[in-house]
Amino acid sequence: MTSNPAVQVGEAPRNGAPLLSLSGITKRYPAVVANENIDLDVSAGEIHAVLGENGAGKSTLMKIIFGVAQPDAGTIYWQGHPVRIDSPAHARELGISMVFQHFSLFEAITVAENISLTVPGTLKELSRRIRETGQEFGLKVEPAALVCNLSVGQRQRVEIIRCLLQEPKLLILDEPTSVLPPPNVEQLFETLRRLVAKGMSILYISHKLEEIRSLCHSATILRQGRVSGHVIPAETSSHALASLMIGRDLPKTAHPPARQDGAVRLRVANLSSHDPDPHIVNIDDLSLEVRSGEILGIAGVSGNGQHMLSKMLSGEEVLAPSEKHRIELMGTAVAHENAGRRRNLGLSFVPEERLGRGAVPPFSLADNSLLTGHRMGMTGRGMVRNQPRDAFTDQCIADMNVVCAGSKSNAASLSGGNLQKFIVGREIMMAPKVLVIAQPTWGIDVGAAAMVRQKLVDLRDTGTAILLISEELEELFEISDRIVVMFKGRASPALDARATDAETIGRMMIGDIAAPLFSEAAQ
Amino acid sequence: MNIRQPFVLVPRQRQSRIALIAVPLVTISLTVIAAFFLFAGLGADPGIVLYTFFIEPLSSAYNLGEVLIKASPLILIAQGLAISFRAKVWNIGAEGQLIIGAICASLIPIYWSHSDSMLMLPGMILIGAAAGMVWAGIAALLRTRFNASEVIVTLMLTEIARQLLYFLVTGPLRDPMGYNFPQSVLFPSAALYPTFGGVGVRANLSIFITLAVTIICWVFVSKSFASFKLLVGGTTPAAARYAGFLPKQAVWISLLIGGAVAGLAGVGEIAGPIGKLQRIISPGYGFAAIIVAFLGGLNPIGIVFAGMLMAVVYVGGDNSLVTANIPASASVVFQGLLLVFYLATAVFARYEIRRAPPPLIPA
Repeated sequence: MTSNPAVQVGEAPRNGAPLLSLSGITKRYPAVVANENIDLDVSAGEIHAVLGENGAGKSTLMKIIFGVAQPDAGTIYWQGHPVRIDSPAHARELGISMVFQHFSLFEAITVAENISLTVPGTLKELSRRIRETGQEFGLKVEPAALVCNLSVGQRQRVEIIRCLLQEPKLLILDEPTSVLPPPNVEQLFETLRRLVAKGMSILYISHKLEEIRSLCHSATILRQGRVSGHVIPAETSSHALASLMIGRDLPKTAHPPARQDGAVRLRVANLSSHDPDPHIVNIDDLSLEVRSGEILGIAGVSGNGQHMLSKMLSGEEVLAPSEKHRIELMGTAVAHENAGRRRNLGLSFVPEERLGRGAVPPFSLADNSLLTGHRMGMTGRGMVRNQPRDAFTDQCIADMNVVCAGSKSNAASLSGGNLQKFIVGREIMMAPKVLVIAQPTWGIDVGAAAMVRQKLVDLRDTGTAILLISEELEELFEISDRIVVMFKGRASPALDARATDAETIGRMMIGDIAAPLFSEAAQ
Repeated sequence: MNIRQPFVLVPRQRQSRIALIAVPLVTISLTVIAAFFLFAGLGADPGIVLYTFFIEPLSSAYNLGEVLIKASPLILIAQGLAISFRAKVWNIGAEGQLIIGAICASLIPIYWSHSDSMLMLPGMILIGAAAGMVWAGIAALLRTRFNASEVIVTLMLTEIARQLLYFLVTGPLRDPMGYNFPQSVLFPSAALYPTFGGVGVRANLSIFITLAVTIICWVFVSKSFASFKLLVGGTTPAAARYAGFLPKQAVWISLLIGGAVAGLAGVGEIAGPIGKLQRIISPGYGFAAIIVAFLGGLNPIGIVFAGMLMAVVYVGGDNSLVTANIPASASVVFQGLLLVFYLATAVFARYEIRRAPPPLIPA
């Protein structure tokens, strides 16, 4: 393998049999066909994209390649030979490594210790190799650092280094940019380009059209479990990619300017949290206001206090009565009240965890309506009234296009995206005065995401005050009226979303903008 | 580096309906098989033992009456415990709540030992239930105020209740004309549940209390919003917090219901077959009811069947002492086998065995 740092997009070396070749791969699950007759070739030294919406079958395909699931039909060829990959360990022996979307690192131990759990060698030797690999590929990370002190970008580097130390021939990356703040994305791309220049192949899973066009040499596009096209992304327009991915052009949300004169419905004044757990980022003197008829977006890299903020707003965390004025709903001090009391005043809340927080996994959707929707006439004299509960549930399923076997199906049986749609629908249907919503479109497909965003804008137009916590800048710009950036538990002043740009917000997200902005508390 | 395990337990995606029936059936079958070999090893004829355990208790009016007498408190307590267990509040001290209920209720007939007031029995029922609630309420208070484990507190309160009973029947409440036997005066008939079923049969009307409680529990569990909240708190605490259901309230409700039914069961004993306060008023109903609750799948109807089964084992155990020449602890061993096999079987209702390597993949 020759080292050629100047490899350009579209010039991947091709010689003989592809490194990995899938032929007619099919995988059926009881309810769905996840993959049907998938063909895919990855050549040595190329970045090959697998593009598709959530639910298109990307994860299943990767599980098959990584030996976690077995195909029902079809053959995998590795360097030209048919193979049966029956476990991740076997995949690693062949030379396949994978970086998952959700990291699997222990927070309480160091980088080197984490890596030593899967890579043989003494800590000292590993530390040296970590530094060397880091230097070679632009993955700077300190082997002796505790993982809990690392940023998301740094943790991802640790995951990649861990794979590289096993000297793989094929590296699989699952939605690697979904967790990264924008400025870190270009660094990651630079690393990946260096890796393929060394002869490694990369399978790059994503649903983001622009990054695939700028990074990948070739792409396989999946739609509803089938291959809808093999293309050279650099030579294909975003428009065409979108059509292959979702069958039509990317939908656009109508987002007329908000009214400016609404009454303040949610007021947060100098709110701080004091959780002693070192892994939790506390809120630090945070203030903001959300008015009737506007969407206030909260931007920020995950782990900058958004989680605590949402819990304090929802009432899952409460303050002492002496601090009750730190949070006001419609002018009523509520910081000391539990979630139920706050909901009685007209608050709705969609948390980022759907299963186990926003919904009870072993319960039916109907019972999950009851969880927060019982205020909508679903109880009488202490008893549950089935008819209104089921009607509400059916309505929610229909309104939100929730794919399920009806109101009796278990929440746990739904895909993440469908459950998300259900929870969002349930909270919207309660016609809240204030809606706090975290990551509303996580895990749902592009079309459904557009629908959810449109529903939020429509809800805003009925006068609801909406606080939107999101890690996706595009989403924040698409529907927010004002944007606040959270960094290390503090909040920036609110910026007019229509008068600022992604670069400014992106730099604020990594704390790159002058500190004074953060110390002048908003409002 | 990679430890390959040939088999792994994976949580089942859906709860199978067959499991609801299969778990108790498999449990009972395994228990019978194990008991068969156990008794054979003890030198008894297993056929006779199993006959005396399972058939004889159902063979005469007297024996059936005995089964009902024992099934009644087991079912009654298990109904209350099931509500608590569904909320994952572990009241292990129903035995103590039963004893306290019995002690307090007995104060009425001991004080008015010659009265024939119609109010006597209803008064005892109310006081017994209230006393059980108070005793369980201590655990609720300690749990909600100081986060003290209700498992430990209820268990230790049981021992306190037992010692209190020993003190009372050997001292303040002892029958002064009773030749220093550690027991109270005999209760007047107005303080006793009427019996039915024929001469000599000891079954009494307290089973209607059990029946009523069973129906109330069934309605409560299947229809009420309060039970829904308890279940959410038990299965998914984060979702309960999210919805604003109060965990402290769940602890209080669960323990108070359990205490009330245990207290009622205590009244059923002293106002039933015993007819006085004495050192032993329950052969461990409060503990056996825990098994009954689980064996019945924490389901009000299932509990009725499980309670009957357990009562048959009690009566059969007593009978086999005489007929099959096996030790007195046989029925305790039997209960132990039931619980162990239940726990083992229940694992497979909730998990399935897969021949798969442990993947490092988020589902």
